[in-house]
Amino acid sequence: MFDMLFAPTWSPYIAGAGIGILVCLSFLMCNRPLGTSSAYAKAWGLLEKAVDPAVEEKKEFYREEIPPRVDGVLMLLPGILIGAFLSAALSGQLHLSLVPLLWAGAFGNNAILRVVVAFLGGIVLAFGARWAGGCTSGHGISGTSQLALSSIVSAACFFIGGIITAFLLFHGSGV
Amino acid sequence: MSLCTRIHNDGKTQLVLGLCIGILFGFLLQKGGVTSYDVIVGQLLLENFTVVKVMLSAVIVAMIGIHLLVRFGYAELHVHPGSWGSNLIGGLIFGVGFALLGLCPGTVAGAAGTGALDALVGGIPGMLVGSGLFISLYPKIKPILCRAPFAAQTLPEFLHLNRWIVIVVVEVCMIGILLLFAGIGL
Repeated sequence: MFDMLFAPTWSPYIAGAGIGILVCLSFLMCNRPLGTSSAYAKAWGLLEKAVDPAVEEKKEFYREEIPPRVDGVLMLLPGILIGAFLSAALSGQLHLSLVPLLWAGAFGNNAILRVVVAFLGGIVLAFGARWAGGCTSGHGISGTSQLALSSIVSAACFFIGGIITAFLLFHGSGV
Repeated sequence: MSLCTRIHNDGKTQLVLGLCIGILFGFLLQKGGVTSYDVIVGQLLLENFTVVKVMLSAVIVAMIGIHLLVRFGYAELHVHPGSWGSNLIGGLIFGVGFALLGLCPGTVAGAAGTGALDALVGGIPGMLVGSGLFISLYPKIKPILCRAPFAAQTLPEFLHLNRWIVIVVVEVCMIGILLLFAGIGL
């Protein structure tokens, strides 16, 4: 049983089923779906609030959608980072890297290029998540599990947009 | 007031619960292999089906679990009404970022935890800036978000079918897809 903690990977079915149980726990204990993307909006809101304490009244988004608060949703972010760190450390998979293998194979080893594209990708990703009202966890897992139409359409579009972009990036005109 | 409601309303307990659920989530994402750029982009290139396997397994469990919790009064559904203006457009924008970063909002934090510096110094700051950009543009985007709302909130309402019939059919389809993957060696 404890061997599992040190295994480099688990069957995707087991890991996925575990995530499914976590989503149920979130509904039961926290009265909300398990969604990560709003934590970034909260974190940004807290940064803005540190600079201008009145920003919460000034910006419609904070009043109508996601108020900048230190709460359980925000805590998911450090939690995920710590959890993945523990998992990787226990199985000897912790290593610093800048350029992923698949990226290096297609675009070379230039770390600055990779970090710039990751930064731009992060901007587009968060922008899209807020536009659609959720991400892979909030819509893709928690929302589709509730059979929400908003989540089913969003999740389908995540993959349609992602697959088209990935093919254009990696296979260029050969699509 | 029930025990569950007391837990929901206790701010400190919620902070600890959020952290603990996050830790377990990060642990499972890493063990499932999806905190890796190569695995996620491999999925988008239709070469590696780990992401779909993890997500479908999660939904298979969560769909039954959530609806049972709701049926017995231990939880409520949290469904957002949707629209083509919000979910179609936002979803496609998300997809572009998904492929560029090669991670999603949860797995980018996980990747940073495993030592992926491109996630830590590129992806996460990008997520913060992208959120800030949307927050600033929100008053201008809001009219688009309400465009072409969906006729119903959930699939059973849309189909005018009993919720449990839809759940059983969708569950059977998802299990069938996973069996098909195993059968053709994906």
